[in-house]
Amino acid sequence: MSNTPLTPGITAGRLPQESYAAQFSDLHPALDDHEALVAADRCYFCHDAPCMTACPTSIDIPLFIRQIMTGTPEAAAKTILEQNILGGMCARVCPTETLCEEVCVREAAEGQPVEIGRLQRYATDRLMAKNSHPFTRAASTGKKIAVAGAGPAGLSAAHRLAMHGHDVVMYDPRAKVGGLNEYGIASYKAPDDFAQKEVDWLMQIGGITVETGKKLGEGLSLEALKADFDAVFLAIGLAGVNALRAEGEDKQGVMDAVDFISDLRQSEDLSTLPVGRNVVVIGGGMTAVDAAVQSKLLGAQSVTMVYRRGKERMSASEYEQELATSKGVQIIYGAAPVAVHGNGACAEVEFEYTKDENGKLTGTGEMFRLPADQLFKAIGQTLVGAPEGIEITGGKIAVSATGRTSVAGVWAGGDCASGGEDLTVTAVAEGRDAAEDIHASLMKG
Amino acid sequence: MADLTTEFCGIKSPNPFWLASAPPTDKEYNVRRAFEAGWGGVVWKTLGEEGPPVVNVNGPRYGAIHGADRRLLGLNNIELITDRPLEVNLEEMTRVKKDYPDRALIASVMVPCDADSWKTIIPRIAETGCDGFELNFGCPHGMAERGMGSAVGQVPEYIEMVTRWCKEATDLPVIVKLTPNITNILYPAEAAVRGGADAVSLINTINSITSVNLDTFSPEPMIDGKGTHGGYCGPAVKPIALNMVAEIARHPETSQIPISGIGGVTTWRDAAEFLALGAGNVQVCTAAMTYGFKVVQEMISGLSQYMDEKGFTSVSEISRRAVPNVTDWQYLNLNHVTKAVIDQDECINCGRCYAACEDTSHQAIEMSEDRVFTVKDDECVACNLCVNVCPIEGCITMKTLDKGAVDERTGKPVGDYANWTTHPNNVAAVSAE
Repeated sequence: MSNTPLTPGITAGRLPQESYAAQFSDLHPALDDHEALVAADRCYFCHDAPCMTACPTSIDIPLFIRQIMTGTPEAAAKTILEQNILGGMCARVCPTETLCEEVCVREAAEGQPVEIGRLQRYATDRLMAKNSHPFTRAASTGKKIAVAGAGPAGLSAAHRLAMHGHDVVMYDPRAKVGGLNEYGIASYKAPDDFAQKEVDWLMQIGGITVETGKKLGEGLSLEALKADFDAVFLAIGLAGVNALRAEGEDKQGVMDAVDFISDLRQSEDLSTLPVGRNVVVIGGGMTAVDAAVQSKLLGAQSVTMVYRRGKERMSASEYEQELATSKGVQIIYGAAPVAVHGNGACAEVEFEYTKDENGKLTGTGEMFRLPADQLFKAIGQTLVGAPEGIEITGGKIAVSATGRTSVAGVWAGGDCASGGEDLTVTAVAEGRDAAEDIHASLMKG
Repeated sequence: MADLTTEFCGIKSPNPFWLASAPPTDKEYNVRRAFEAGWGGVVWKTLGEEGPPVVNVNGPRYGAIHGADRRLLGLNNIELITDRPLEVNLEEMTRVKKDYPDRALIASVMVPCDADSWKTIIPRIAETGCDGFELNFGCPHGMAERGMGSAVGQVPEYIEMVTRWCKEATDLPVIVKLTPNITNILYPAEAAVRGGADAVSLINTINSITSVNLDTFSPEPMIDGKGTHGGYCGPAVKPIALNMVAEIARHPETSQIPISGIGGVTTWRDAAEFLALGAGNVQVCTAAMTYGFKVVQEMISGLSQYMDEKGFTSVSEISRRAVPNVTDWQYLNLNHVTKAVIDQDECINCGRCYAACEDTSHQAIEMSEDRVFTVKDDECVACNLCVNVCPIEGCITMKTLDKGAVDERTGKPVGDYANWTTHPNNVAAVSAE
């Protein structure tokens, strides 16, 4: 291949073949034993620890770090996994800088928190390397539960339900189990096919049947599931993508960022994956950052993220923003797209600067254009395919604190359900808590 | 998860982790929290005789030694026995034992050294439903000035006498808590055995002054410009305690008596070490005072994992396992030859091994111009100092020479086991045959 970052248009193989592996290697390499002990040593074993409170799954962080410190990382892993069965993935993708590590008392003391995320990965990696599964199934209850969606919420619920002795059938429209863990997370956060390895490890609990290619609303109806199962858990995520509502957004080269990320995750050979010379990403969340950074890593000459509000409003954390800029992504704050220009294919995107007055965003009238062979839309996902008759609030399935929907016998969790941030760790917590509530209500008699 | 159930001198507890008699066990509120957190047993803070309770100082009771990053390594205290009325403690103990029948509840006792005092209080405490007694012959501060605590524990005859009184006063197990502030731990241990003790527990705290304020020139902890020696405990005292436990465990006259190991137990590993050297269970105080009651959860999970990995099905299988390997210096194999080996992949080139060996030991490490450190086998006596000062665990290790291999330092091949008792340099050597 003779393509380079300067090759015009959208093309593959902009980098020498041998450089892709390094470009997409582990963002945070695993800690070795010595590094883990030194990192663990910094934990103060705080009482009623702030980190534990900040964790959506309430992992006993001081205890698991102490277990690492005393040479029993497997016990540490069990402490983690009891609360969060996807603790391995969460260790890689959690925005720890805005959760546990943000409130670490050593952040207050020295501006340097205990490396909780990396320690969690150390412990869970050690356990998974032994391929041992520390949980066993309770005796069969004879109850059957359908889980629609095999992402983090669905997997978490399925595991907990199976552990309690229920039989679970998990449905997912995609070919692989894992949901966003498999299709929606930047490649460098979970290299070496970790998502599938974790799924395989999780399935060791037994009692979970997977049916892929089955989508709610397309051959799979809630009514049928309710009739065939004792309970239903909906974890269908947010399958729709918001439109830009800018003129010309149907031009060639304009793509949904989630599709790009998914294609990239499923690619066997990154040198065959096309990317533009000049890439523009519109949006301010983690999806936008993941798309922007990976475009750059694939060899785009210039990548610009454009967010319509100010830096402080951006949902991608400060850390994520720094990651993007450190990889060479330029971030423009306070500008909204008005038109995509080009003859059939996208060539330029036109923006208008904005001003944010008490949350109300208005255009300033000042325009500018950015060259763009490729434009990624990352301005949020929406719920599609929610069963009819189920109560919706704020665009999501309305649920109680334990995931009950307005329909009896139907629970929901993860991104499709109301409440909580759209994070992997939140989805795991919601799946777990709904499973406990399903278990309690089915066993009530 | 391994079964940690322990039976110690007839007293059952769900795990071998007891809280030692100390501030954490002074009242019902704490003890309930401790049991909820998972502790297997509690030795209630030492009870004194009826009447006006003792008083404590109203300034600092504790002083401490810190390691790097302010890790608390040693704690010193000048607190006395419980300063709450006997009746209140007894009522609370009764309630707690009733609500936690599966946990061990031991009464620690310290009264004046006369038969009446002991024989009066022991039956009265037994009414609480407690599982046994621990005689506090250990506290080295305050009470010792009044002829109690270590003042008794330092006189073997008193230990024997009081133990006998208590055994006459109750059928419950009597544990004698020993002070380390003596010349030889075997004398008080033997006295406890002679007095009929069911078990010994050790060590109590070590007399200490933790530091001196160099502005006021007063020892810490300081009360109105003055200070007094207090009892030292915590991780820093563990090696002293381990040795004393092992001495009792391997001494023919005391080897049969159950031992409750005390002294700096902070992690599951510390506990396992005490068990291996002869203890039947362990008591903990400083770790709980530093980290809270929850710290026991790591001890439980860690010991359990260790037992599972080793295939041990009960705590008693660890107990005494290392005792046969504790011996006298004279029996150590002088033909066991090792050499230090530096793993160059692990080495971070700090040079601490070099400084230690070159300045203070045997000049057996070479430093190249580009800071590569290697061991000179013809100089290395295998002292282990380089291993101990190296900041990277596992970077420097000791390689054992096979039998027949030539030790480059002596030029002689490694021979069969041979110790000092048969060594030619020993004027008292006996014949190898």
